[in-house]
Amino acid sequence: MEASRLPGFLARRVVKSVLVVLAIVVCNFLLVHAAPGDPASVMAGQSGAADPLFLEQLRRQFGLDQPFHIQLWVYLKSVLSLDLGFSHRQQAPVAQLIAERLPATLLLTGAAFIFAVGGGVALGALAARRVGSWADSAITALALTFYATPLFWVGLMLVLVFSVWLEWLPSFGMSSVGVELHGMAVVWDVAQHLLLPALTLGLFYLAVYARLTRATMLEVADQDFVKTARAKGVPEGRITRAHILRNALLPVITFAGIQAGQLVGGSILVETVFAWPGIGRLAFEALLARDYPVLLGVFFCTSVIVVLFNLATDLLYAVIDPRVEVG
Amino acid sequence: MTVRRRGLMGGALLGAGAASNFLRAGDALAQGVQPRRGGTLQSILTPEPPILQIGVNNQGPTLIVAPKMFEGLLTFTPTLEPIPVLATSWTISPDNKEFVFKLRENVTWHDGRPFTAEDVIFSVMKFHMEVAPRARAIFSLIETAEAPDPHTVRFVLKQSFQPFLLMFDATACAMVAKHLFDGQDYRTAPAVQRPVGTGPFRFAEWQRGNFIRLERNPTYWQEGKPYLDNIIYRIVPDSQSRRLALESGQVQLTSASDIEPFDVPAMRSRPNLEVSTQGWEYFSPLSWVELNHRVAPLGDARVRQAMSLAIDRNFIAQRLWFGIGKPATNPVASTTRFFDRSVALPAHNIREANALLDAAGHRPNAQGVRFTLKHLVLPYGEVWSRLAEYLRQSLRQVGIALELESTDAGSWARRIGNWEYETSVNFVYQFGDPTLGVERTYVSSNIQKVTFTNTGGYSNPEVDELFAQARTASTAAERQTAFTAVQRILVRDVPQIWLMEMAFPTISDKRLRNVITTGLGVHTNFADVFLAS
Repeated sequence: MEASRLPGFLARRVVKSVLVVLAIVVCNFLLVHAAPGDPASVMAGQSGAADPLFLEQLRRQFGLDQPFHIQLWVYLKSVLSLDLGFSHRQQAPVAQLIAERLPATLLLTGAAFIFAVGGGVALGALAARRVGSWADSAITALALTFYATPLFWVGLMLVLVFSVWLEWLPSFGMSSVGVELHGMAVVWDVAQHLLLPALTLGLFYLAVYARLTRATMLEVADQDFVKTARAKGVPEGRITRAHILRNALLPVITFAGIQAGQLVGGSILVETVFAWPGIGRLAFEALLARDYPVLLGVFFCTSVIVVLFNLATDLLYAVIDPRVEVG
Repeated sequence: MTVRRRGLMGGALLGAGAASNFLRAGDALAQGVQPRRGGTLQSILTPEPPILQIGVNNQGPTLIVAPKMFEGLLTFTPTLEPIPVLATSWTISPDNKEFVFKLRENVTWHDGRPFTAEDVIFSVMKFHMEVAPRARAIFSLIETAEAPDPHTVRFVLKQSFQPFLLMFDATACAMVAKHLFDGQDYRTAPAVQRPVGTGPFRFAEWQRGNFIRLERNPTYWQEGKPYLDNIIYRIVPDSQSRRLALESGQVQLTSASDIEPFDVPAMRSRPNLEVSTQGWEYFSPLSWVELNHRVAPLGDARVRQAMSLAIDRNFIAQRLWFGIGKPATNPVASTTRFFDRSVALPAHNIREANALLDAAGHRPNAQGVRFTLKHLVLPYGEVWSRLAEYLRQSLRQVGIALELESTDAGSWARRIGNWEYETSVNFVYQFGDPTLGVERTYVSSNIQKVTFTNTGGYSNPEVDELFAQARTASTAAERQTAFTAVQRILVRDVPQIWLMEMAFPTISDKRLRNVITTGLGVHTNFADVFLAS
């Protein structure tokens, strides 16, 4: 990579990304408002009583009495000034609502991500190295099982085994509520709560990485430069690590980049089953309640992160494989 | 001239005597077990409310949490007799136009300021009048509201209104602090985020999506109460996870829709848990098949009667709700005042239903279908989907094809409110009196494009007239006459197809005592609830 080309590349990509994000914001806005119902009618439905004045008051408060293009314009202006708006339903700024949920989501998805990438690549490499052995068969079979099993079912089964039968781990929540804990006890408490949801979320991706790594490694292992290396007398371990694995990592990185982009979005399913207070549930509940600012705020944050991770992935390609050029 | 009626004295007057008997009955419940101070109650709340300031938000979950922090002037026994809370006694003029409340002294808000008559007048005339549609409809009948002294409030109504007292439970009109709201936008005032009431528990902490914690109010007006140190409401969105949390003892109390009806039999069989369906008498929710009378042939009473005959309400109550709730017989729930048990819907009868449809001129085609109706499935959980499937099957037996449409809560409320449906299912609270909770669905003056009004569009001048009579009549006897007549007409016309007098299971750990002591069940202040050791 020529150092001089990097700034220009970055500038072009950043401009493009900003445009993409803006387009996404507009699309989201249109889509969200296309769903039938509005926050006022949802509130009326949930309160069990309403009158026209109530609906009118709410719509005025929520800014829904404005013409549609004005609402869009107001929202775009505030997003451009990095203000995500205000949830009138919850009487709180959207940025605050998202910030409250972000740590929980990052902890869950981050843990699941590390577990999936680390475990998946290791298992895939092991399977490829010992292709045809019992270890390979076992890994392949396990990966296929986790790949094909619905997440919520895995979650419920893990809860059944580890929370209900063995009573080792709590079945829901992010921490013990109503007890005083300090220092390491807090970390241990959260870790206990984290294990099952992170495992549930991670197992699917672990399977994906294991299968991907195994397949690409086997493909690379057949190529001429590997034979050459072997003919030169390079030790087998070094061939696997430096020659095969490194070349096989590109598809893995592509996939990891996609998954990393979803980290902030959380996982509605796992967060719901384990009552994990994350972003996914925030977005899902905002959708049901037609809490437009919150929903758009989550979409906005997610799309920014996806765009950023795509950029990072492109740069990382060049680091792993010098033949790839940016620009 | 006014008749003096005292809250805890005098026998025959407005059931005040019955109220005190009931309180003693409540204490008796705890007998044998000395109430124990201390401990944390972990419960569950579904779904998470957006705001806990009652009045600004009146969703079901808010009505469970907020009354621990906010109190009303009164609350009610299962037979709907008033129990004093912030009012110690009250007098009502014989024509039911003048209501005078004596307020409890030495009550303070959680911020230390005293609770006075000014707060009551502000709560009724300003706060709830502005933010709460149901309160607005009733409180607009008030002509004058005054405070002759700091602990007396006098309301004079424009007309006789017998159900007035029912509006003073915390769930209908919680007392809020004037000094925290006056002169501000009530919906956005800072106190909305940190509720301040007079109740036995104070707002402590709310981690959204995770839990709400209330802590003991050490300066509560009832000496030595509440017994619990904390109440924690966990937010658990998945119904199976909620069931597991209860079974594993991680929570000691669930209520409302926390546990699906089909999971309740398993809970009943667990020795450490107690299942009760009491404590919903004040609300008495009644469910029905909601019909849009503008859609042919639903405007024809014979068709509605036939549909009603085709539905087996016992099956619904026993097989879908597992005995939680009972078949509806009438538009008024049996736990609501002025219910007349002599007026009942005819029993399930397929043959008669077919005969009625034949008589109405709806002949079946080659597939045996007389006509097709769309059905908007109530999006409130699994049991409602099963109900929709049952309705489709039972109506198909008489040649009516029901096409199910699924939707989410937002679209459902919008479409019902805009009359954009053919049939659906709905349930509404009756709030103790037909004037408060039944009238709104059937009078033509309430045909509005708003959810929970007369969205079906039923219109019958006789019914309008009878509800109007019952609303303004000054004696219970006159009201009963009008309500009996209106129940007769409605049962004949079947404007909506009533299904079930609903109840919800309150499931508690057996160590938890005094959970349900009033007609409001888990919606009371929990000052008496304790965890036995």
